[in-house]
Amino acid sequence: MIRTLLVATALCLSAPTLAKTITIDAGADAQERIQEALILAEPGDVVALGAGRFDLTDGLSLDVDNVTVIGAGMDQTVLNFAGQLGAGEGLLVTSDHVVLRDFAIEDSKGDGIKSKGADNIVYYQLRVEWTRGPHPENGAYAIYPVESKNVLVDSVTTIGSSDAGIYVGQSENIIVRNSVAKFNVAGIEIENSVGADVYNNIAVNNTGGILVFDLPNIPKQGGREVRVFDNIVVDNNTPNFAPEGNIVAEVPTGMGIMVMSHYEVEVFDNIIAENGTGNILIVSYSKGQDDPNYNPKPIDIRIFENKHGRAGYKPAFPGGEQLKAAFGGAVPPIIEDGTGENILIGEDVAILTLGLTTPGQSLSEAKPALSQGATEPFDGRQLKPIILPQAMEDAVK
Amino acid sequence: MRLIVSAAALLAMALSLGAREPMGVADDVILSDGLPRNLADYGFFKDAAGWKPNDRVVAYQLNMPLFTDYADKYRFIYVPEGQQAKVNGDGLLEFPIGSALIKSFGYEIEGRPRLLETRVLLHRTDGWLALPYVWNDDQSAATLKVAGKRIPVTFTDPSGEKQTISYAVPNKNQCKECHSLSDAVTPIGPKARNLDDGIQLANLAAHGIIGQAPKVAYPMPVWRNTGTGSLDHRARAYLDANCAHCHNANGSASNSSLFLTYEENIPVRFGIEKRPVAAGRGAGNHDFSIAPGDPDRSIMIYRLKSLDPGIAMPEVGRSMVHTEGVELLSRWIAEMQ
Repeated sequence: MIRTLLVATALCLSAPTLAKTITIDAGADAQERIQEALILAEPGDVVALGAGRFDLTDGLSLDVDNVTVIGAGMDQTVLNFAGQLGAGEGLLVTSDHVVLRDFAIEDSKGDGIKSKGADNIVYYQLRVEWTRGPHPENGAYAIYPVESKNVLVDSVTTIGSSDAGIYVGQSENIIVRNSVAKFNVAGIEIENSVGADVYNNIAVNNTGGILVFDLPNIPKQGGREVRVFDNIVVDNNTPNFAPEGNIVAEVPTGMGIMVMSHYEVEVFDNIIAENGTGNILIVSYSKGQDDPNYNPKPIDIRIFENKHGRAGYKPAFPGGEQLKAAFGGAVPPIIEDGTGENILIGEDVAILTLGLTTPGQSLSEAKPALSQGATEPFDGRQLKPIILPQAMEDAVK
Repeated sequence: MRLIVSAAALLAMALSLGAREPMGVADDVILSDGLPRNLADYGFFKDAAGWKPNDRVVAYQLNMPLFTDYADKYRFIYVPEGQQAKVNGDGLLEFPIGSALIKSFGYEIEGRPRLLETRVLLHRTDGWLALPYVWNDDQSAATLKVAGKRIPVTFTDPSGEKQTISYAVPNKNQCKECHSLSDAVTPIGPKARNLDDGIQLANLAAHGIIGQAPKVAYPMPVWRNTGTGSLDHRARAYLDANCAHCHNANGSASNSSLFLTYEENIPVRFGIEKRPVAAGRGAGNHDFSIAPGDPDRSIMIYRLKSLDPGIAMPEVGRSMVHTEGVELLSRWIAEMQ
C-alpha cells in the first residue's frame, strides 16, 4: 500500500494524455530544460523553443515517437554548441514520426543534427551552420539522416560542413528539396540509399555540389534509383577542406554533380555552371576493396536536358592541366571514367572519357578522348517520383 | 489539490522511511510504469547511503569493465524471490521480469569513497528501462535526473596524478544509446563470459541469482589481472566491453559497419584496413580504423586518444584518455603483420 502511494505520486509517463505544447524559453540551464522536455515529451507533443540563443553544454537527444520540435525561425531560435563538452552531434533523433522545424544549430563539435533509424522524419526550415566558414575542424554533417525509411529535408540551409551539408545515408524513400547548401565540402550527398529525389536545391560554393555515391563494406549497399533535377549547382570551387581518409576528401575541388558506383541515377533539368573541374563526373569507386557483394561501377546513369555553363577551366585532378591545354583552355564539362555500363548522356556539350576499363585502374593508364553522347536529345525519365506519407507533406504546409 | 497530493507524498515517504528497514526490495516500484523520483524508493539498499545491498541484491564484477573516467563502480544484480536468471551460453544472462541491475559510480575523494550517481536498469513487463540517479552532497539520497548532469570532480588517477574533470551523468536517452539492441534497451555487462573469473559464477549460483554455474567456453581475460589472456584476447575483450555495445550490427553505431564484438571474426568488420564511412574529422587524416603494424595511423587509436567531442570515442562517458586501454590496443595493432 505504501509503495503504491509512492508510485502514484511519482511521474506517470505511460498513461495516455492529451497532446500538449511544452514551451522552453532561452535563458540559463538551457541544456537541462530542453533535454528534460525532450525526454518527458509524450507522443503527439510539441516542444516549442522560444526566440533567442540557447547555449548548450552537451548534445541533445530525442527518443520519443511523434514529437514536433519547433522554434521561432531559423534565424530567431539558435541552439549554440560552441561550449559543447560531449556527444557526437548537436541533436540526435532516434524515434519515428518526428518533425524538426524553424530553428538553427550552430557550431556543434561533431555533426549538426543526426537521425538514426528514425523513420518518417521531417527536417524543415532549419539552419545548421559552422559560423567560422569552411574549416577542417568543423563537424562532418550538418543534416544527417541515416538508416531511415521516409526522409524529408525541405527548405534547410547548411553552411560549413567538413563533409556534407545534407547527407542521407543507408536510407530509403527520400526527398531533399528547396534547400541551400553552401561552403560545405559536399553540398548534398545521397549515399548507399535507395530511392531519392533531389530537386529545387541550390548548391553553391561547396567543393562539390551534389554527390550520389555507393560505398563498399557497409551493411546497406547497392544504392539505386536517385533523381537529381531542377537544381542550381553553381560555383562549387571551395578548396576541399575535408580531413583525409574520408571519401569526400577525394572529391576534386570545382565539382558540380558527381555519381560514383551506383545503379539507376537520372540527372536532368539542372543548371550547372562555373565549376572549375567539371559540371558532371561519373566514375567507379577506385580504391581497393574486396567486398564480394559490392558493385563498384556506375550502371544505368542517364544525363539529359541540363543547362551547362562554363566548366573545366581549373581542373583539380592529376593531369588536369595538360588535358585543359589539349582541349583549348577547358576540360569538357562532363567527364566519365569509362568503366560504367549503360551511361546515357544527351547533352549538347563535350564529353570526356578517361578510357579506363576496370574500376580502380590507375589514372596514369587513362586514355582520355572525346566521347560521343546520344546523337539527339532524349527524355531519360524512367524512375518514378518519390512519394512520402501524406502526414510528412502535411507537416510542411 | 496539489497540496493534498504532496502531503500524501510526504506522508508516504515518512511511512516508507520508517518502515523500510525490515522490508526487501520493492518489486512493485521496479514493475510500476512510472519514473520513481528517488533511488531509495526501490529499496535496493538497506542504508540511505547506498552501500549495503538488500536481500537478493548481489554484488558482482566484470572481467573486462567499461572505462568511465577512472570512476570506481559498484555493481549489483537483483532477481526477485523465487526466480533466477537463465544462463545463455557465454552470452548475456536472461533476467526474469522484475529484475534490476544497479551500478553506482564514484571516486575516492580525500581518502573516502564518494558516490556521484547510481544507474538502474529495470526489467519491466514492457522491456528494460534505464534511469540515472544523482547523489546529493551529504550522500544521504539519490534523485532521478532524466536530463543527466555534469558534476565537477577532482580525484587522483591510478598513476597518482590529480585530475579535475566535468563528470557526465548520462541522460536517459544516452543510457539507451549504449544499452540498445535493435532499438530496445538491454543490459550489456553481465555476459557469462565477462562474469567468469573462476569464482563469481559459483557465487551468483550460491545466492540463487542463477541456477548452476555454467561452463563458459571462452571467458574474457580479467582486466585488473594483466596476466590473463593473450594480447589478442585482451585487446578484443577490451573492444567488446568498451565499444561493442554500440559497434555491433544492431547497435547505435550499426551504420559505421565497424563491429567490435568479441565474436566478430571478419577482419575488415573489426577494423583491419577498414575505411571510415561517416567518421568526418574523426578519421584524423587516416585511411583505416586499424592500420596493421601502425597504431599511430589507425583511426581507432586516434579517436581513443582524443578529448574533442567531435572526434572522441566512445561518444558518451569519457572526458579523459584511458591511457592503459590505449597502450593495450596500440601494442596489439603494432604487433599485427
